[in-house]
Amino acid sequence: MSAVTDPAPTPAPPPTGTVGALGQSVRDSLVVARRNLIRMSRIPEMLLFAVIQPVMFVVLFTYVFGGSIQVGGSTSPDVYKNFLMAGIFAQTVTFATAGAGAGIADDMHKGLIDRFRSLPMARGAVLTGRTVADLVQTSITLAVLAVVALIVGWRPGYAEPTGIGKVLGGFGLLLLLGYAFTWIGALIGLSVRTPEAATSGGLVWLFPVTFISNAFVDSSRMTPWLRHIADWNPFSATVQACRTLFGDPGVSASTAWPMQHPVWASLIYSVLIVAVFRTLAVRKYRSATA
Amino acid sequence: MPGAIYAEALVKTFGDVRALDGVDLDVPEGTVLGLLGPNGAGKTTAVRCLTTLLRPDSGRALVAGLDVLRHPNEVRRSIGLSGQFAAVDEYLTGRENLQMVGQLYQMRSRAAKARAVELLDQFSLTDAADRPAKTYSGGMRRRLDLAAALVVSPPVMFMDEPTTGLDPRNRQLLWEVIKGLVSGGTTLLLTTQYLEEADQLAHDIAVVDHGRVIARGTSDDLKARTGGERVEVVVHAREHLTAAAEILGGYGKGAVSVERHTRRLTVPVTGGPKLLAEVIRDLDGRGIEMDDVGLRRPTLDDVFLSLTGHATEDADTATDPADGTGEDPKARRRGRGKDRGRQKEADQ
Repeated sequence: MSAVTDPAPTPAPPPTGTVGALGQSVRDSLVVARRNLIRMSRIPEMLLFAVIQPVMFVVLFTYVFGGSIQVGGSTSPDVYKNFLMAGIFAQTVTFATAGAGAGIADDMHKGLIDRFRSLPMARGAVLTGRTVADLVQTSITLAVLAVVALIVGWRPGYAEPTGIGKVLGGFGLLLLLGYAFTWIGALIGLSVRTPEAATSGGLVWLFPVTFISNAFVDSSRMTPWLRHIADWNPFSATVQACRTLFGDPGVSASTAWPMQHPVWASLIYSVLIVAVFRTLAVRKYRSATA
Repeated sequence: MPGAIYAEALVKTFGDVRALDGVDLDVPEGTVLGLLGPNGAGKTTAVRCLTTLLRPDSGRALVAGLDVLRHPNEVRRSIGLSGQFAAVDEYLTGRENLQMVGQLYQMRSRAAKARAVELLDQFSLTDAADRPAKTYSGGMRRRLDLAAALVVSPPVMFMDEPTTGLDPRNRQLLWEVIKGLVSGGTTLLLTTQYLEEADQLAHDIAVVDHGRVIARGTSDDLKARTGGERVEVVVHAREHLTAAAEILGGYGKGAVSVERHTRRLTVPVTGGPKLLAEVIRDLDGRGIEMDDVGLRRPTLDDVFLSLTGHATEDADTATDPADGTGEDPKARRRGRGKDRGRQKEADQ
């Protein structure tokens, strides 16, 4: 190793005027997002499992529960299959939460968060970069899953006519929901001590959230108090919006506001989740100690 | 005018543990301060406060003339940090790691690329540049971590136990790099548990214990403070220990300390080589066979032990040589570290 022959030490230059605070924030986030995408590409098995899990759910629900669950008065497996997909899609995007949490907890554990925090970079960039990279991964997972869904017999427009724009809009809402949930994951990742805890902590609460909803069963058949929760569950709003946009069967006739205006409800919920959890997560990041 | 690193009455508590209990530091520009202390002494907490990672409960800190609490982002532009763990992304290659850090220091991507190439060369990582850091050895990771801290040639560097866990060859390599840096005018604060490291690298040493600076000065100052030289004898046979202790007692200026399992006797003396010769003649004359004998100047180990109060425990062993409790100062300090595991946890 040659002796260090650096030029006279100098501080890093302040950000140039043209860049500005917002520009710096975007740039730093992209640098971190790129880093996380490189990581993902080097651990292909992570993406593989992220895809296998929902595919397994599709197959299990379709063939195991398919014949015995009543949707809108029908027990036809075909109806259930078309009803189910929006639920599985939504569940899949929310499961990205656990990945974000585990990744950030791992970065804390390895001292990387300390390194980032000692750099003159935009405060939220480490978390934004991570959630953006997760959004890319979720998009890939969702695309693969949509193909599988089509193969097993999902037909957009099965119950009501739809169009390509509406279907894409549905997927847009799904990705937004997934993005919002990764901020919850980020907060969990920053709050727990180990990556292992972040993985399980990132998953446990998702089960009640995704099951006490209209995702897998017709919520109108639940006990009234449970139905109430299901109807106002942010997760249900996106599922209902997708069913409406995809022209799927089993759209809830509930009079609850989110069920009546699911697209708006889904948008509002997702934006609210981002606003609240991004603020909390960035605040937590500033004082994060491994 | 305060130095490049300046701290005044820094206090940081974690629950009821006072990790920093009023620390004052002043490191003149272009010099190296060694922060020396056992696990849990508060070294890491001090570094974290000075590098904007942790908010002290009270006190004031300036780095490169800037208030750490009021202008954290400006401070971050002027510092490089190499923490206790090699903080590199193990799935990224060495080159990618350095480029990323460069970009996050707000370098343009072409400049960051060029700088990465330079650093990889300087740290002998060119051959491994395009391998994921996961495949690196411990020493290589440390080098990569240090290179990442040097991406912008920051005027002030912080290194938290930079050579902990490294083999002697890699430690030597890192020392060379650090010496090169300092000769270039960088101000450095270095924490270490290794007295030899502080002795080798630091202009000034601050000994930290229980969140306080308990002594400061150059290595020579601290050694002088511990007092003069001592005679050390290793007898060949254990049954000669008592007799040898009696003889040494006659020459000593203090209690004879006896390490029974190593058959080593130590006694503070004045009189230098002439006295040593007398001691040897005397022992030899009484038929006590010696494996080793010598005149020893105090090391920083002695300094540390005397400052942290362990010297008195050593004196106790003189009155009861059979006691046999950890005469090896290192073992004692390790045990001590364990007792304070809780504080260590808070420290990290």
